Amino acid sequence: MQENENISHEHDDDEQHEHAHDDNDTPQHTHEHDDGQHEHEHHHEESFIRKYIFSLDHKMIGKQFLVYGLIMLFVGGGLALLFRWQLAYPGRPLPIIGASQQYIDEGEIVTSNDKRWDKIFESEKEELMETHFPNGVIEDKTYNMLFTMHATIMVFFVVVPILVGAFGNFLIPLMIGTRDMAFPILNMLSFWLAVLAAIVMAAGFFVPGGHAGAGWTGYAPLSVDPQWTDVGWGQNLWAISLLIQGFSSLVGSINYITTVINMRAPGMTFFRLPLVIWSLFIVAILLLLAFPVLSSALALLIFDRLAGTTFFTTTTEGGGDPLLWQHLFWFFGHPEVYILILPGMGIASELIAVNSRKPIFGYRSMVYAMIAIAFLGWIVWGHHMFQSGMRPGMGSFFMTTTMLIAVPSAIKTFNWLGTMFRGSIRFTTPMLHGIAFVSMFVIGGLSGIYMANTPVDIYIHDTYYIVAHIHYVVFGGSLFAMFGGIVFWYPKMYGRYMNDTLSKIHFWITFIAFNCTFFPMHILGVGGHMRRIANPQFYDFLQGFEGMNIFITMSAFTLGFAQLILVFNFFWSMKLGKVAEKNPWNVTTLEWEAPTPVPHGNFAQIPTVYRGPYEYSVPGEESDWIPQAQPEHAPASAGD
Amino acid sequence: MMAQTEFEMTENRPLSNAKLAVLILLGSETMLFSGLIGAFLVFRMGNVTWPPLSHADIELPRIVTGFNTLLLIISGFTMFHALRSIQQNRIILFRILLIGTGLLGLIFLSIQGYEWSQLIKNGLTLQSSVYGAIFYVLIGCHAVHVLGAVIWLVIVICMAFSGRFSSDRHIGVETCTIYWIYVVALWPILYFLVYFA
Repeated sequence: MQENENISHEHDDDEQHEHAHDDNDTPQHTHEHDDGQHEHEHHHEESFIRKYIFSLDHKMIGKQFLVYGLIMLFVGGGLALLFRWQLAYPGRPLPIIGASQQYIDEGEIVTSNDKRWDKIFESEKEELMETHFPNGVIEDKTYNMLFTMHATIMVFFVVVPILVGAFGNFLIPLMIGTRDMAFPILNMLSFWLAVLAAIVMAAGFFVPGGHAGAGWTGYAPLSVDPQWTDVGWGQNLWAISLLIQGFSSLVGSINYITTVINMRAPGMTFFRLPLVIWSLFIVAILLLLAFPVLSSALALLIFDRLAGTTFFTTTTEGGGDPLLWQHLFWFFGHPEVYILILPGMGIASELIAVNSRKPIFGYRSMVYAMIAIAFLGWIVWGHHMFQSGMRPGMGSFFMTTTMLIAVPSAIKTFNWLGTMFRGSIRFTTPMLHGIAFVSMFVIGGLSGIYMANTPVDIYIHDTYYIVAHIHYVVFGGSLFAMFGGIVFWYPKMYGRYMNDTLSKIHFWITFIAFNCTFFPMHILGVGGHMRRIANPQFYDFLQGFEGMNIFITMSAFTLGFAQLILVFNFFWSMKLGKVAEKNPWNVTTLEWEAPTPVPHGNFAQIPTVYRGPYEYSVPGEESDWIPQAQPEHAPASAGD
Repeated sequence: MMAQTEFEMTENRPLSNAKLAVLILLGSETMLFSGLIGAFLVFRMGNVTWPPLSHADIELPRIVTGFNTLLLIISGFTMFHALRSIQQNRIILFRILLIGTGLLGLIFLSIQGYEWSQLIKNGLTLQSSVYGAIFYVLIGCHAVHVLGAVIWLVIVICMAFSGRFSSDRHIGVETCTIYWIYVVALWPILYFLVYFA
């Protein structure tokens, strides 16, 4: 492999290569390219379907996951806005689709919406709108469906597909220096299984009885027996869809793990892997081992619902155990929340190191911290069940293990701060997102410590405090990292920059609206505001929170609509953005060695790696960054 | 500095992609069965009498299943020796052993199926408390895996008869062997757990 060493960051404008690698059928490019700025020509064009639909190219599959995730982000976000309306104005008709108050009170038709509602009621058909939103008002059962599906979609169809599916697929082969994933066909299968899961999940909205309403955690016996929620096939489709999703992530994680272990470029040792690859590798292992446990629980749930078994319900004799569902679910569920945050940590590490022009502080400790978090994730699931009935001794065990997670998390946080400390920070949009990630993650992490304490948890469990916590970690953490990652890698994905002004506007509105939305929820939670209630005004002691709920809803709408800026920018820049050079941010890692746009097969020649991933501002060097593939007798990297 | 051995590690992979992928898959399978076995143990611990009093007359066919267990273990050995023989390029023996393994797998499945039909006749169904339910789900889950392994084996047999394997080209046999032996090795655990708990 030593013949492939001609890649340097100066980048010869006329690299020409003979291809020694004809072991795959990917079209190789052998022509000149001037900094990758012109359209790349393949030896043979692939058909539209091969290229954009059933693509085997990891980059296209990554982009497919990204678009898929962004679409689902709007579905999930839209559901959230619907129930936020209900929380601020319980019982009031929804704007735009609701009927007027006069129509509801007196049956007097005032607006054109009233006329439509009148017709819907007259037709006496079981219309979707009528059953879920009579007069445009959200029914209590509909409310259950909305929050259940909001969480389900956000967790399984937005964060995992984008952070793991999109960034994993796009980055792993490029950053470890190989031509594609180990199993391109499995890779394609993984994406289309995810689409199938999304279709099945979406179908649940249209069946009689509505979609699943037992919360994303699907606690038994709520999820088991339709008599509690009035949900029929919705819950079944929910379970079936997640089973399909399980296959999708199984296939995907087999692919990721094999690729990272077996396909690294020459010289790319494990401790020269960029942290984002480490995080995706660890996440793939977590997905591989955690999801089957959920699958087993889902299978039992489906048997309970369809075959008349009693796994999760108690009967007089020989009955099952509702708590078993919680154990199985959270045994999966807690690793799952690390699946949501770890790739964010990896992406943030890249963004912060690159934009601080400094090596990541404590590279190895960052890796070990992620491994420690991933390991501890397996022995803390009980902290979701403190109030479900547990021996106090067990509660102490889970409390202790949970608090232990603060240690590796703090290591990571201080390392990010250490990386930024005295760096020559460039406040690019990705960096802003990176900093937002760290600060929001700290808030989310600290609120987690309170809930890990069993005595405190008695008072704040099942309140808005937990809602605030999960959103600070998953939105403030994962989604900010995701936005930052999109802006950061966009030039490599599409060969153009995203519009920076729009990106910055998007960032600031999102950041401010995010905090306005979720910070007050801490106060609601401490005030005893329960989560998952359709009408806070129903309770005397929650009357005083009306103003805060309205404020949160306003902020949530701002937050939701701000995401339109991102999507507009995303698609607009694809065609009209400023054309990007090969390595616009001066990054050391391998993905920037590939020409832009990246051709099928990625690299003209597989690069050889000579150093760690974060060689920024190396003392005595002229340039403040040294690419991983640059030979020379340079000092050891931070990672060694 | 960066040791030469670490360079070699990436280039001389100890395991091929396919073999590694199957081993990773087995990790996932293990967790699936752990979930189900965990559920079984919860039900077993939660009931003082097992089977519950309402099904006290049910007796699982321990002896026949024990014999069946033996068959499956033998199939593991035949599969292993099939791999051995292709490594030594003994094609005829290889094909015979493959077919023998497949037949043993099918016999195992048929006996299981027959037993199930007898049990259902005797009144043990999916609905008869968690005892029947977890029995059918757990044993059935394994049976599905055996079926999957048999289908995989049939594909391997077809490839073997079209001469696709040789002493230095048999990754398809190797991966199938790993999976087969995993499914075989899992069975005694389930057998003792479910039939003797």
